[in-house]
Amino acid sequence: MTTDLSARASSTELTGDLRKALFTTMIRSRTFEEAILREYHADKAPGFDIGKGLIPGEMHLSAGQEPVAAGVCEHLTAADAVTSTHRPHHFAIAHGVDLKPMAAEIFGRVDGLGRGRGGHMHLFDPSTHFSCSGIVAEGYPAALGMAFAFSRRGTDAIAVAVTGEGAANAGAFHESLNLAALWKLPVVFVIEDNEWGISVSREASTPIPSNADRAAAYGIPGTRVEENDVEAVYAAAGEAVARARGGGGPTLIEVHTLRLWGHFEGDAQGYRPDLDQVPDRDPIPRYEATLRDAGVLDDAVGEQIRSAASIEVEGAIAFAKASAEPDPATVLDYVFV
Amino acid sequence: MTVTDRPAQAPTRRLNTSKAMVEAIAAEMEANPEVFYLGEDVGAYGGIFSSTTGLLDRFGPQRVLDTPISETGFIGLAIGAATEGMRPIVELMFADFMGVCLDQIYNHMAKIHFESGGNVKVPMVLTTAVGGGYSDGAQHSQCLWGTFAHLPGMKVVAPATPADAKGLMTAAIRDDSPVVYMFHKGVMGLPWMVKNPRSIDVVPAGEHVVEIGKARVAREGSDVTIVTISLSVHHALDVAEQLSNEGISAEVIDLRSLVPLDRDAICASVAKTGRLVVVDEDYLSFGMSAEVVASVTDRDPSLFKAPPVRVAVPDIPIPYARPLEYAALPRQDRIEEAVRKALR
Repeated sequence: MTTDLSARASSTELTGDLRKALFTTMIRSRTFEEAILREYHADKAPGFDIGKGLIPGEMHLSAGQEPVAAGVCEHLTAADAVTSTHRPHHFAIAHGVDLKPMAAEIFGRVDGLGRGRGGHMHLFDPSTHFSCSGIVAEGYPAALGMAFAFSRRGTDAIAVAVTGEGAANAGAFHESLNLAALWKLPVVFVIEDNEWGISVSREASTPIPSNADRAAAYGIPGTRVEENDVEAVYAAAGEAVARARGGGGPTLIEVHTLRLWGHFEGDAQGYRPDLDQVPDRDPIPRYEATLRDAGVLDDAVGEQIRSAASIEVEGAIAFAKASAEPDPATVLDYVFV
Repeated sequence: MTVTDRPAQAPTRRLNTSKAMVEAIAAEMEANPEVFYLGEDVGAYGGIFSSTTGLLDRFGPQRVLDTPISETGFIGLAIGAATEGMRPIVELMFADFMGVCLDQIYNHMAKIHFESGGNVKVPMVLTTAVGGGYSDGAQHSQCLWGTFAHLPGMKVVAPATPADAKGLMTAAIRDDSPVVYMFHKGVMGLPWMVKNPRSIDVVPAGEHVVEIGKARVAREGSDVTIVTISLSVHHALDVAEQLSNEGISAEVIDLRSLVPLDRDAICASVAKTGRLVVVDEDYLSFGMSAEVVASVTDRDPSLFKAPPVRVAVPDIPIPYARPLEYAALPRQDRIEEAVRKALR
C-alpha cells in the first residue's frame, strides 16, 4: 500500500500537501479503473459477451465520482468503517484497501479479498473495515451496526455509509436515517447523486431537488454539495465526520457528482441526452488545472503522481493475473464458519 | 418414554420454554459483554411471546434495546455490529414479517461470510416467533422455516422442549455463524395461549449446550418413524402414546434444526422401522417434508418398506376460522391417520 493512513484525519487546512493528497487519491482510483476497463474489454471481442474473459460479470466503474470518495475518506483512518455500493472501487481505494487483493478479487482469484467468492460488488476488507453491497440502499443499515459497535467500545471511530441518489427513495435508506438519528450513532451518510439510476434520470425518480432536504425529516443536518469538487466535499465531510466523532450523531451529505461512463460496461447510454458533454465535466482535469493555477502541481509532480499510480496499479493487475483460480473442489467452503 | 437429555440427578426444576430461553440469553449476556438483544417490544414488554422477560431490568437499556418498527434498519444494524465482533441477538417479532426485511437476512447476514472468503464472520442470532393454532390468520401464523433453510448461509433451529430451548440458545449465541432461532408460540408455555403440557418440563440448571445439527430421539419405537420439529414433536408424541395402546410402536425424531439437517439420524431410524411419516407445520410443497424423504431416498431407497407419508400445511394460507385452521395444521388427527397409512 502506498497510502499512509496514519497521517490522515489530523490535517484540516487545505495545504498544498493536502490538495496533492486529494488529487493523488483521485488519480489512483482513475488509474485503477482505466486498467480494469482495459482488462475487462481485452478478451470479450468480437462482440461483447458479459460472461467471457478474465474479468467476467457486471462491471460498474466509478470514474467521475472520485471527488466524493477522495473528499470523504481523507478524514478517515483504517479504524473507521465504510460501506459502499455496487460501484465501490473509488471508495475502497480512497479508504486504503490494498489494490492487490482487491484486483485479485475482481479477477476471481484465490488471493482476492473474498478468495474469488465475492466479485467486484462484494469486496470485504476487515483491515480497513471496508465493505459493500450489490443491493441498492441495503448497504446503509450495516453501517449503523458498525457505528454502534464503535461507540459501545468507547472508540471515536465512525462509519460512513455510501449510496446513490436512486437509493434515497428506498425503505432501507429511510429506516437507516431514522434509527441512526434516534440513537445518535456516529454515522456519516453520503449520497452520490450521479443523476442516473441506470437509465432513469434523477428528475424521473425524485420529487425534490436535493435529497439533503430529507435529513430534516429525521432531525439531522443535511447538506448538498452542488459541484463535483473534491475540496467542497472535503469541507462538508469534515464537519460531518467531526460531528459524528464528537458524539453529535449522523449527518446526510449529498454530492452532485458525475457518472463519466455507463451504468455498467456494455451500457450504450442511448437514454442519456447529455452524452456528448459528459467528458467535458470530468472532475480530474478540472482539479488538475486548479492545482496548477495555484502552483501546487507542475508537470513534474503531476507525472510523478501518475507514474506512481500506474506502477502500483499495474503491480496489482499483475498480482491478480498471477494468482491461481479457485479450485472447484473448494466450492462448498465458507458457507459456515 | 425416553427423554435423552434429562439429567441423571435431581431432575426437579421445571421451567416453561420461554423461561428456559431467557435463562440461556441472560447467562450468555452475563458472561460476554458483546452479547446484546434488540427488537420490537423486547424491553419493558419483555417480548410479545415472553422471549426477553426480565432482561431489561437485569441488563439495562444499553444492552436490551427496543427498536422502531423498522426491521431492515435494526436487523441490518445487528449484522454490522456482528461483523465488528459483537454478538447481537435480534428479534423479528413474527417470522411472517420476514417479507419486510428479507434482503438483510438472506443477502447480507447469510452471505457475507461466504462472499468474504471466510474473512468476515457474522456471529448473530435472529430470533423469531412461528406457528399457528390460535386463529391469528394468514400473516401471523406461519412457520416458514423451510424458506429460511432453503437460503444458504444461516443455521435454522427450532426447539420443541424447554431444555432444548436453553441448550440451543446457548449454542446459537456462541456460534460464529448466523443462526435463526425459531420459537413456536405454542411451546413457549404462555399463560394466555393453549399449550402442550410438555412445554413445561425439566431444564438443567447452569450451563447447558445442545449441539446444533444433532436430532433427538424423543421416543423410541420400532414400527414407524415420525420425523418432525418444534410443536409438532408434541403432537407426534401424543399420537405415539395413544397408538401404543394398540401395540403400535412409533419412534419420534425431533430434528431440532433444519440446517444442519441430521440426515444420519433420519436414516438410522428409518433403517430400523422401514416406515416414515414426516410432520411439518410449514407448507407442504418444496419444503422440509420433501427434504426429509429425499434424505432417505438419496442414501438408500431400499430402507423403505412402504411409501413415506407427509403431513403438512396443504399449500394454502393459514385460515382464520378455527375449524379451517385446525384442518390446515398438522394436528394429532392427521398425524394418526398418516401413521396408519404408513403401516398399511
